[in-house]
Amino acid sequence: MGHLLEVNGLEVKFALRFGDLTAIDGISFTLDKKEKLGLVGESGAGKSVTGFAVINLISKPGFISGGSIRFEEHELNRLPEEKMRSIRGNRISMIFQDPMMTLNPVLTIGTQMIETVLAHRDASKSDARDIALEKLRKVYIPSPEKRLEQYPHELSGGMRQRIVIAIALLTNPALIIADEPTTALDVTIQAGIMELLSQLCETENMGMILITHDLAVVSQVTQRIAVMYAGRIIETGPSDYIVNCPRHPYTIGLINSLPGARKAGSRLTQIPGMMPNLTAIPPGCAFHPRCRLQEPVCKKSRPALEPVSAPEHFAACHQVDKTVDQDKLLNLLNEDNQ
Amino acid sequence: MFAFIVRRIIQAIFVMVIIAGIGFTVQNKLGDPVRDMVGERVSVAEREALRDKLGLNDPFLTQFGRFVRNAVHGDLGISYFHNKPTVDVILSKAPATLELVFGSTVMILVLCFPIGIYTAIKPKTWFSRFVMGSSTIGVAVPVFLTAITLIYIFGVELKWLPSYGRGETVDIWGWDTGLLTADGLLHLILPSISLSSIMLPLYIRLIRSEMMEVLETEYIKFAWAKGLRRYRVWLVHAFKNTLLPVVTVFGVEIGILFAFTLLTETVFQWQGMGFMFLEAVERSDTALLVAYLVVVGVMFVVINTLVDIAYGFINPMVRITGAK
Amino acid sequence: MRSWQRFRQSYFFYSFKRDPVALGSFSIFFFLFMVSIFAPLVAPYNTYDTSTYDIMDAELPPSWMDDGEERFLLGTDIQGRDLYSTMIYGLRTSVFIGVGAVLFQAILGIIVGLTAGYLGGRVDSTLMRIADIQFSIPYLIVAIIASAIFQLAFGVGRFEELALPLLIVIIGLSEWPKYARTVRASVLGEKNKEYVEAARVIGLNRRLIMFRHILPNTMTPVLVISTIQVAQAIMSEAALSFLGLGMPVTKPSLGSLIKAGFEYVFSGSWWITFFPGILLVTFTLVIILFGDWLRDVLNPKLYKG
Repeated sequence: MGHLLEVNGLEVKFALRFGDLTAIDGISFTLDKKEKLGLVGESGAGKSVTGFAVINLISKPGFISGGSIRFEEHELNRLPEEKMRSIRGNRISMIFQDPMMTLNPVLTIGTQMIETVLAHRDASKSDARDIALEKLRKVYIPSPEKRLEQYPHELSGGMRQRIVIAIALLTNPALIIADEPTTALDVTIQAGIMELLSQLCETENMGMILITHDLAVVSQVTQRIAVMYAGRIIETGPSDYIVNCPRHPYTIGLINSLPGARKAGSRLTQIPGMMPNLTAIPPGCAFHPRCRLQEPVCKKSRPALEPVSAPEHFAACHQVDKTVDQDKLLNLLNEDNQ
Repeated sequence: MFAFIVRRIIQAIFVMVIIAGIGFTVQNKLGDPVRDMVGERVSVAEREALRDKLGLNDPFLTQFGRFVRNAVHGDLGISYFHNKPTVDVILSKAPATLELVFGSTVMILVLCFPIGIYTAIKPKTWFSRFVMGSSTIGVAVPVFLTAITLIYIFGVELKWLPSYGRGETVDIWGWDTGLLTADGLLHLILPSISLSSIMLPLYIRLIRSEMMEVLETEYIKFAWAKGLRRYRVWLVHAFKNTLLPVVTVFGVEIGILFAFTLLTETVFQWQGMGFMFLEAVERSDTALLVAYLVVVGVMFVVINTLVDIAYGFINPMVRITGAK
Repeated sequence: MRSWQRFRQSYFFYSFKRDPVALGSFSIFFFLFMVSIFAPLVAPYNTYDTSTYDIMDAELPPSWMDDGEERFLLGTDIQGRDLYSTMIYGLRTSVFIGVGAVLFQAILGIIVGLTAGYLGGRVDSTLMRIADIQFSIPYLIVAIIASAIFQLAFGVGRFEELALPLLIVIIGLSEWPKYARTVRASVLGEKNKEYVEAARVIGLNRRLIMFRHILPNTMTPVLVISTIQVAQAIMSEAALSFLGLGMPVTKPSLGSLIKAGFEYVFSGSWWITFFPGILLVTFTLVIILFGDWLRDVLNPKLYKG
């Protein structure tokens, strides 16, 4: 059985006055039907760009300069625009970060929902309205009929994000790309929205790519995680392994900076330094200037993603041998076998 | 919303009183209603008697009160030159001016939206570059030069279009219109183009920059991500948001358009209110000048108030806060 | 000398040198400005002196055309004046009125804006209401009606004598709200900054704080709108003169030259209108281009009205 989505060697560049800037440098990953994948990294690592690349909507001056994106039976970045449009918002939906900015302020919720249905289905307006109502109920919007007549500014942030999710569900997509869906929301409602999304993926048979900078969030929701750094995937594997026995020093740093990873009362650690600017990515391993384990080889050659001890777990690090935490690994493997 | 409308109307009335005050002062200090009524050949004693009878020796405020009362009833004195009530003179000239403003507004609206949107969506095509370049120059060309150039090219050299007057007009319920005859419409072309040349570059630039700004927003990106057809994204999602700022300036701009009819009418000898006003100045026809001042002032106040209220209706956010 | 050095090394000067539009428009502007200031030295004839021209020379075409004469480079106008000289004097008049009107409106607007912004409250809302109301009526209508009233009040002959100062006042009065709004907006921005607070704490009086401390900080937006306003004022003057409400033909500005030539366009004497027209457009265009560049570089937060 083929994957739902298969990204191979994707490369995205930005055409700037002084030359092209590489934002995504040959990343590959796959997603099966109904699978949830977390794409994690700091801002600027290229997570969002990857998300937009999949639906071929990178804002100018960015463009896809190489690689392939296979979705169902389509080669997405070779598709003519009209065909791509019929997939975008139909088979693949996207959820944006800030619900305050995502909905058009001068159109009613109803208009913004119905038009989406009409763009992809040969339905009458009243049929489209019924579909909209059904999806609003699915995301637990109270009195949905009333909402259809309202403008976005009349609703709260959490409500708006539910509506954005409802819009994403309208056409029963096979894949949802959620770009930081809870970051702009109040902490108190973040968990609820995430829970809703996760649960909907199960009930509606959707795959999801969850883009976030928050490792704690993804680990609870997704089966697999890919960690991005400076436009590359530096570690990928099942969520349990990534969280409990990360192998790349950067991932380890991310985990250690999470509250709760350490004993209560102890200080949180932070990764020294900053992620490099895209114009000045260090040679060799992009992470080496911030890495405690760096050796001369790290400055010279770029490490490839190599399998590490656990199944389907890959890391791109020359010093991967030094990061094995054998105890934890054994525990995990034992749990799996039981 | 209701409170908002009331507030605007109170302000409008206040402004009208100020305009009436200016008009009255001019009338009182510079005009000579006695001459306006009986001409120059009447003896001093008779004039003085008439002054008394007309109440011209009454206290200032009494006279002002009378002026306002008369004005409200549509009486703004008698034009010395036309020998008719000034309001009648202005009303007989108004259709010409309004049709000119109408003609160029139509021209602006028909052209500015497609061109503005196109240059925003495709900023790099040669057409967009050409439009942007010529609109920069267009801002610096005075309307009367445009008019003279058009007359020279299309009227004098090519002889394609008539270059002065309104041509043949017909009377429809007292409205003297040139819009219903072929000749009248031909005469309208050059004046309308000249007049629209003053606003068109500004409008195209405004729509373009607003549209470009809107196209960068998240909700437009989301609209693309929903897989909407491009014309729906451009014309419904982006354009509707562009409309708001454009409508706000439209009230002011239509006023500017009106101001420039004075120049256009002069060049084309278009028998409208502007032409009439300048004649009145030349003939020292104070009553007519004051009547023009009051009528134009009231017109501006009314248009501005209506536009403000219309803006309140279009913008859902103003509407909601207004209701509270 | 030090400040010249600093200016030469500034970002402002750097981007000026690199921008061909800014450089070009400023050069043309500067050239024309100098020509107008030194008009008596540059122009071959003094067109204000009636003895220098002869009605017999009227309507001669430019010198390169068949009937043209060597003496008159761009031909002559309807009174037989050398068009080239008349244009230089006309430009001088236009520049004079443009700059004068802008100075007038700037001073008026700055005082109003500063007072309104600094004092706030009742004063502020009253002054700004007045500015808003005048703003809602197009400046050109205000200027035209004001000139008409003045002409009526003074009579045509006296008005022509006083035309220059009157036009400065009229155009100034029709445009001051723009300055008032701009200055007020930036005063409101400056007012709560720490240095003003500090000045108040050490007990400086209000007027001193306003003029010595706040005013200098509002100068950038004022400078930016001033360039555009000069162009606007010159165009207003041209419009008024074209309507016969501005400079008389004996002391012509570019606008009155165009007006004078307009009637003769149809009989073929296009140059009387054409050359002053080109000069007017060029001059206002370079000011506008330079003003646009200035706005982009200095980028003050202009009050959007």
